[in-house]
Amino acid sequence: MADIYLDNNATTRVDPAVVEAMLPFFTEQFGNPSSLHSFGNRVGQALKKARQSVQTLLGAEHDSEIVFTSCGTESDSTAILSALKAQPERREIITTTVEHPAVLTLCDQLATEGYTVHKLEVDGKGRLSLDKYRELLSDNVAIVSVMWANNETGTLFPVEEMARLAEEAGVMFHTDAVQVVGKLPIDLKNSSIHMLSLSGHKLHAPKGIGVLYLKRGTRFRPLLRGGHQERGRRAGTENAAGIVALGKAAELALAHMEHESTVVKALRDQLQEGILATVPNAFVTGDPDNRLPNTLNIAFEYIEGEAILLLLNKAGIAASSGSACTSGSLEPSHVMRAMGIPYTAAHGTVRFSLSRYTTQDEIERVIAAVPPIVAQLRKLSPYWGEHGPVAEPEKAFAPVYG
Amino acid sequence: MWDYSEKVKEHFYNPKNAGAVVEANAVGDVGSISCGDALRLTLKVDPRTEIILDAGFQTFGCGSAIASSSALTEMVKGMTLDDALKISNQDIADFLDGLPPEKMHCSVMGREALRAAIADYRGEKLEDDHEEGALVCKCFAIDEVMVRDTIKANSLSSVEDVTNYTKAGGGCSSCHEKIEALLTEEMAARGESFVPAPIKGKEKKIVPLKTPAIPAPAESVPTVAPAAASAASIAPAKMTGVQRIRRIELVLAAIRPTLQRDHGDVELVDVDGKNIYVKLIGACTGCQLASATLGGIQQKLIEDLGEFVKVIPVSNNAPVTVSGV
Repeated sequence: MADIYLDNNATTRVDPAVVEAMLPFFTEQFGNPSSLHSFGNRVGQALKKARQSVQTLLGAEHDSEIVFTSCGTESDSTAILSALKAQPERREIITTTVEHPAVLTLCDQLATEGYTVHKLEVDGKGRLSLDKYRELLSDNVAIVSVMWANNETGTLFPVEEMARLAEEAGVMFHTDAVQVVGKLPIDLKNSSIHMLSLSGHKLHAPKGIGVLYLKRGTRFRPLLRGGHQERGRRAGTENAAGIVALGKAAELALAHMEHESTVVKALRDQLQEGILATVPNAFVTGDPDNRLPNTLNIAFEYIEGEAILLLLNKAGIAASSGSACTSGSLEPSHVMRAMGIPYTAAHGTVRFSLSRYTTQDEIERVIAAVPPIVAQLRKLSPYWGEHGPVAEPEKAFAPVYG
Repeated sequence: MWDYSEKVKEHFYNPKNAGAVVEANAVGDVGSISCGDALRLTLKVDPRTEIILDAGFQTFGCGSAIASSSALTEMVKGMTLDDALKISNQDIADFLDGLPPEKMHCSVMGREALRAAIADYRGEKLEDDHEEGALVCKCFAIDEVMVRDTIKANSLSSVEDVTNYTKAGGGCSSCHEKIEALLTEEMAARGESFVPAPIKGKEKKIVPLKTPAIPAPAESVPTVAPAAASAASIAPAKMTGVQRIRRIELVLAAIRPTLQRDHGDVELVDVDGKNIYVKLIGACTGCQLASATLGGIQQKLIEDLGEFVKVIPVSNNAPVTVSGV
């Protein structure tokens, strides 16, 4: 039986049609798009078409608002650093406690360089307080950077409304939308979002290609200066094959948009109900009523995530976890901690993320495989008795050091 | 995903001795649910012979925590308590054909649980101020606590110093930014500011290719002085200060031949409670041998003394006064 891939928020399989579209750009279509001759010109035409496909997917007003980059992280760094450089008198950044490291680590670094970073906190379901946000908006803020959807829980933030509030206050707004693009419809021409990051490999394009959407008129300072590529906003010879691939992936994503919010969502819901019906002491993290259609994050109490993943992997199922051990750090996922998920559960969170390739049969196999794995690990756990968690786990266990 | 050995996988997928031992007369608990791993070891010990008849574990933790627990129970069954106490965390890791550097603490936890269980059986109180920080240097598995303590104890001011003292940063060098950040903080705490070393060309040593030197023959093993020999036979808990220092000297003497093979050496400078100050000499800095690392020396001392000690490298023989450690 083929293995089951439920880790699509980490990366996705490149669609065969995408591979087919990009292959000629390694061989006969090898020209440099900046060249005058026909070798280059044909590639230039292909890039133009790809740019328009991405424009359509994002609902952007102009194709020149699409700047190709190497990845989501580059887009995030470009956006935030550009805002700081273009407005040197503004020394504050607003972001959230649950951002991806692409934003959070950069902001922490900027804090050491003297910038003030405001991190909006979330409640138990991973939701933001807009009142607090309104208070923070001021002339000192260079940029707001808030993710559209959380990669771990799938929880959606009201970025369109937040962008509107930022615009009213005269503040630039950026969103890391790598988990949303291709899964939910986006209409940037009717939004106040100034900058948006996306990553190709999250929507069935290959790794190594990303986009920074840059609304026309937004003050901008490039991260990479050099040649005139991307109108001088991102110098460096274009990743032609990657750009063509992303263009094709964008077309396919648009065609499958309804499938995501119907079929994929139904499969996700089936998986959630199937697991919760059979596994005791398990719950969904994040906001179940407002999340990506493909994402399910479940906390299994009193067991540890890496151990769950290893057993799932042995059963041919790929998922991911927010446990400390999977990352090599000492703390469980910052997203789980920000939501106040207790340690008894935070170490045992597992994320299942589906795609348009996920089938009913696969979901049924996962529903059957999970309960015995959880039971097996709980049997080993000192916090789990014969029929459930031991009474007062922290007291029943008397460590010599903690 | 981690690069686990086949042995780790085997002990994780099919753990041996899972569950509590019936009629256990020794229990050792370590870790906590907040840390992400916790281990309870239960032993059934024959009161006449002190032989471990049965061992069982209950573990909340990752794959290598469960595998280390399983390995430990397999190792100790049939051993006397005294022999079991000689098992080091490295022995557990070796039994599993090695663990990734980030996962070595799983084997440490196994050893701690064993010590706790034996202390429980003997009615002793086990004191532990086990401290672990986030890993800074992955090449030599040096954590933040070790780097900070060493910077403080020696008033270090450069990345090169930190590497010379702890080996951290002596490998791939990608942790130098983190070390600089720690230096900046620790130096600010003592009222100084960190200044990075100037960029300079590195002197290249040209080493002619030749066959490796033959390891030192057996006579280089140090002969044990009579006084030290008597110290070795005294139970650690009953040692006087002088006996304890002699015992530490003995442990260092046992490590010395390995260091000398690599043209290095170690010298005891001072002992202050749990802090043992040593001077590392010669080629130890870039050496990859585990026994030559501070962690290796510290582990050997902890095992031999049966108490938690911290090995801190210093540069000179002058008495060390450490504040805030």
